Amino acid sequence: MNDDLPLSHEDVAEIAAILEKSGYRELDLATRRFRLRVAKGDDAGGGLTQEWQWAGAAGEVASGAAAAEADPDAICSPLPGTFYHSPQPGAPPFIKPGDTVGPETVIGIVETMKLMNPVHAGRSGTVSDFVVADGTLVAKGDALVRVK
Amino acid sequence: MTSGTIKRLFIANRGEIALRIARTARRMGIETVLGASEADAASLPAKFVDHVAIVGPGPSSQGYLSVERVVAAAVGAGCDAVHPGYGFLSENATFARAVLAAGMRFVGPDIATLEGMGDKLAARALAVEAGLPVLPGGEAATRADVHTRAAQTGYPLLLKAVSGGGGKGMRRVDRAEDLDTALDMAQAEAQAAFGNAAVYVERFVARGRHVEVQLLGDGTSAIHLGTRDCSIQRRFQKLVEEAPAPAMPEAARAGIEDAAVRLARHLGYRGAGTAEFLVDADDFSFFFLELNARIQVEHPVTEAITGVDLVEQQLLVASGKSLGLTQAMIRPVGHAIEVRINAEDPDADFRPSPGTVARAAWPAGEGVRVDSHIGNGGEVPPFYDSLMGKLIVHGATREQAVERLTRALGTLQIDGLPTTTPLHRRIVKDPRFIAGGVDTGFLAGLAQ
Repeated sequence: MNDDLPLSHEDVAEIAAILEKSGYRELDLATRRFRLRVAKGDDAGGGLTQEWQWAGAAGEVASGAAAAEADPDAICSPLPGTFYHSPQPGAPPFIKPGDTVGPETVIGIVETMKLMNPVHAGRSGTVSDFVVADGTLVAKGDALVRVK
Repeated sequence: MTSGTIKRLFIANRGEIALRIARTARRMGIETVLGASEADAASLPAKFVDHVAIVGPGPSSQGYLSVERVVAAAVGAGCDAVHPGYGFLSENATFARAVLAAGMRFVGPDIATLEGMGDKLAARALAVEAGLPVLPGGEAATRADVHTRAAQTGYPLLLKAVSGGGGKGMRRVDRAEDLDTALDMAQAEAQAAFGNAAVYVERFVARGRHVEVQLLGDGTSAIHLGTRDCSIQRRFQKLVEEAPAPAMPEAARAGIEDAAVRLARHLGYRGAGTAEFLVDADDFSFFFLELNARIQVEHPVTEAITGVDLVEQQLLVASGKSLGLTQAMIRPVGHAIEVRINAEDPDADFRPSPGTVARAAWPAGEGVRVDSHIGNGGEVPPFYDSLMGKLIVHGATREQAVERLTRALGTLQIDGLPTTTPLHRRIVKDPRFIAGGVDTGFLAGLAQ
């Protein structure tokens, strides 16, 4: 059993109460599995905060934004999710290579958290190709379509 | 049904509720197994439990919503009981039946109850049988029936999906000439979301409040743990919940609580459940809406004022024990408020904002509880709903609870993705919210 794992909310409230009455500004507790920092706010009226860091949690995640910058023609995904070329299975795609697009043209949809989010071209130009296939899981900032 | 202590519990859920269930189970000396998707394999609940069993890939349909895979994972992990949490398969009678057929206990009500409450019209009929008031309206199988019903109830009215939930398949209709178009949309949405296009008609109460009653039953006796007010909603989704329902005469509150208990007794209800009512904000007359046969997202506000661990009660009843609590033992103290912190961008029409949280500084202090599976570096995958955590405050009075909430929201800081925190900061300083007792139209009148 991972016995040193999460303190209950009652435990955290107790730690916060001790800290509030003390002259200390923060408590920083680290075990093999987690690190907990309980701290007073900066201003007089500021409340306390609790911050948890778990062993093995994602660090800074490499972002697709860098790759996008390298390709000035790319239209990138505004959010992570599944990228679809057409409004529904079997329907014709929103755009195809050679099409002319304007800033408001929908180039595809990204399904995130059960919601369909249209992706707009954001600029004018001619579609050269799709960077990712229909139904691909994309990260925020991943290139979707190239427009020249 | 087999009885006896649960030894190894399968948690068929994710996120904050999976962690919440695992905490109580562990405190009771029960071994915990999490049925996680591949996308959640490194989540905080997965780190917390004793064992993880993968139920499938990220998309819900291939994992958390697959009856076959979830039951197989629970059997494979040698579990003797399954807690379904909320959402996903929690109110699915087919799932509950498969769990029982595999020789495990289902932490929830009887299958007959799940079947009766899953169909909104059947639930309405059962409530009428138990003597509860319901809104004018009812079944409408054909287009002509819908028109006849609409003529009886008058406008505005609501079209609702018979197997509905989460606001899907629901349409408000203000004028007779809009009825046909709204009916088409409601039926299409209901078909897509629930695989059943059937809708029914109900009168729309303009100044309505959403008030619900927490119930506990063991099949023989049933008690209530007071009211919760969940009137602050966006697109029929709850944002803020409090207990007890504020700015309501004691007699009105007691009337709703009694009605809820009457229904639970009529059903021989087992486990934790919530009876939802629509309450007229002006005269406090009330109407039964539905009974949610599971733990609710907003259950911690009831826990805060009653001191009862609702998940513990669910597990005790599921292991065949009688309710150890009586109505006289429930003595609510003070006032509690919960706000839902979602990964949504309030500046971009609440567009979902999954991703990685660089830093999550949640509030702490006296009367503050945070139920969240998101710490520094935490992931919000794109496959599931956007709830990142719940901030719950408790005070001796509502005034103190509002004060604590204001302070806590002031310190809450999440870096890396947009959240609904700024919206809650606006809500908590709105004079109507501070006064208490707002209706479901509150958000439309909120200052930007």
